[in-house]
Amino acid sequence: MAQAVQERRTDFGPPHYEQFLPPVIKKNYGKWKYHEILRPGVMVHVAASGDSLYTVRAASGRLLSVDKIRMYCDLADKYCAGHLRFTSRHNVEFLTDKKENIEPLIADLKKLGHPVGGIGNAISSIVHTQGWIHCHSAATDASGIVKAVMDELIEHFEERKLPGKLRIALACCLNMCGAVHCSDIAILGIHRRPPKINHKNLKKTCGIPNVTASCPTAAIRPATVEGLPSVELIEERCMFCANCYTVCPSMTLNNPLNDGVSIWVGGKVSNARSEPTFSKLAIPYLPNNPPRWPEVTQAVKSLVELWAKNARKYERMGEWIERIGWPKFFKMAGIEFQKEHIDDFKHAGLTFKRSTHLTF
Amino acid sequence: MSENKSETPLLDQLEEGAWPSFVKEIKMAAKKSPMAKDLLGQLERSYKEKISHWKHGGIVGVMGYGGGIIGRYSDLPEKFPGVSHFHTLRVNHPSGWFYKTDALRKICDIWEKHGSGVTNMHGSTGDIILLGTKTDELEPIFAELQKIDFDLGGSGSDMRTPSCCVGQARCEWACYDTMKACYDFTTTYQDELHRPAFPYKFKFKFSGCPNDCVASIARADLSVIGIWRDAIQMDKEAVKEYAASGLDIGRDVAERCPAKCMEWDGKELKIDNQYCRHCMHCINAMPKALSPGKDRGATILLGSKAPIVEGALLSSVLIPFVKMEPPYQEIKDIIAKIWDIWSEEGKNRERVGEFIQRVGLGNFLDAIGLEPQPEMVAHPRENPYVFYEEYFEEDGQEQGK
Repeated sequence: MAQAVQERRTDFGPPHYEQFLPPVIKKNYGKWKYHEILRPGVMVHVAASGDSLYTVRAASGRLLSVDKIRMYCDLADKYCAGHLRFTSRHNVEFLTDKKENIEPLIADLKKLGHPVGGIGNAISSIVHTQGWIHCHSAATDASGIVKAVMDELIEHFEERKLPGKLRIALACCLNMCGAVHCSDIAILGIHRRPPKINHKNLKKTCGIPNVTASCPTAAIRPATVEGLPSVELIEERCMFCANCYTVCPSMTLNNPLNDGVSIWVGGKVSNARSEPTFSKLAIPYLPNNPPRWPEVTQAVKSLVELWAKNARKYERMGEWIERIGWPKFFKMAGIEFQKEHIDDFKHAGLTFKRSTHLTF
Repeated sequence: MSENKSETPLLDQLEEGAWPSFVKEIKMAAKKSPMAKDLLGQLERSYKEKISHWKHGGIVGVMGYGGGIIGRYSDLPEKFPGVSHFHTLRVNHPSGWFYKTDALRKICDIWEKHGSGVTNMHGSTGDIILLGTKTDELEPIFAELQKIDFDLGGSGSDMRTPSCCVGQARCEWACYDTMKACYDFTTTYQDELHRPAFPYKFKFKFSGCPNDCVASIARADLSVIGIWRDAIQMDKEAVKEYAASGLDIGRDVAERCPAKCMEWDGKELKIDNQYCRHCMHCINAMPKALSPGKDRGATILLGSKAPIVEGALLSSVLIPFVKMEPPYQEIKDIIAKIWDIWSEEGKNRERVGEFIQRVGLGNFLDAIGLEPQPEMVAHPRENPYVFYEEYFEEDGQEQGK
């Protein structure tokens, strides 16, 4: 560790947000009356005072170079008196009280290669994790799949012709740093083989009680292997969650031949109409096929199109499937229902069909 | 590596297409940074071999802090020396992710000087992510961040950086000041944020209304979601304007109401507010005509998490309604009790939601001194195996609690 510097301040927290707010927001804080979507990616918020605030939302790839951030800053200086913000889904938003700035700002954003949209009945940017760019436990890349999928779905970001909102998220392993488990469509990196145990290093790098305790199915127990204290694995109990790898580098899960992607559908976090709910498994396995993951891209696109064609106004993916029933969904989507679709973890019984409310 | 494009033929294919390209971003950074250049090289290798080339973890940090920096090392350091160390800094973002360009430019300057020049705006939890630097640069970066008033965020078994929706800064639906609350809780709990001392991570997320734009019900151990108790405010003239403009209020609004507490007779919209579930659908559909009531506050929910270890959970109701006014003492008193019992009794890597599953919500409520309420459950228990605690003795004395 490097030498600590002098006059050190700690625990002062983030800068206070107030210094970053545009004057029109400071003036009308808490006094907004209504908003309208003027065109894809553009909103106006109108305050009780009659003031208007225009928001232009653009896609960003989440991963940004400092030079791109400076280009955003140039635009914010040019059109928004130096004010901008980011959204919870990695979009960048430019805020101005000058309506006449909207058109030239959009033109400049397009020149920069950043599409404007993602508001209303559209797809917003994909929330995602680090993947092979920064993570040791990634079963797939994150940014690459996101780029390939959004290249295909760009029209639904730039327009508002979907029945309702569609939220896609990607996590590159079951740790789910991106908490994708409540998304209309979740793309999830998966392992399919048990950990390879490095018995020579295990005792040196990991606490054996920690490793055994990490397993949700108690598949790992202490053992002496070739005279060394280590662990053994009951392979048929392993469900490839990689929890043991998270606590112990000597339990490697990454396996290029078998790692891949699963697709989940029908989750949401909003309380609108139906209650928040988890996404459910649609496709158990698709191969890792960089750089453009054509199988994943095609599967996501098909699901979006199927929902867009069949859902009623405002119906989210899960609400549509709930109405038509899961057997119809699998039939319409052309996805084979397999053993993997049936839950076998805790409370699995609650997911069995316990009525004759069936469609034929 | 040279500037020769053919060294990354797979990644080059991701420069095509309409969506912003992360490959272009890394290449932009690579013009100035050998780290970014080797990041690209190692990533190409991962694309070829379908496997990550990062080693597992590694504990690094700045003096006095236990969190905020994620240690990362390449498993191909000879081939890609620029990323032999490639640590990430989590920098606590301002509430609502609002910036002025001068502040952002200063961060860019620091990161260009001391790191890879690659960032995430922002990470999943909300922090500014400065992606990739060497161990020796950590203290100098932190020293420079201090000068521009940016502090580190959380990592490991600590309170993670709280985040919030845009709230009253721009949204008419915000039932409390999310940005103020987020800032207040973040500064109150600086020690818990910077020094991991919990069984596992603990996240706060503040959403202004039940639309929950920061996904607090799915992603925060403590979810604070704005809500109101009185009647939905209605502008009857504006309702008529929506009808005139072609909105089918009967089909698309009233029939979609989960409580079926709305009636539309073609002229007038009636809402039986005592049965309103505060789902937001009608308000979302007619923002000019309907808005949340005036008696506003928040619902506090507890326990959501992603799958690791014992399965994913959504947060569940702890306090059905609380007024959200500084200093938020009622909530902070309960948080203190939650952290006490969870720190004392929680197992290593057990999130608070899993802890409640293990000990039972009833017992947990006893421990933190809250009375059970019907709002806390979807329905009462179906199973008759009840741990009765009260009974009579032969002498007529009542036993139990």
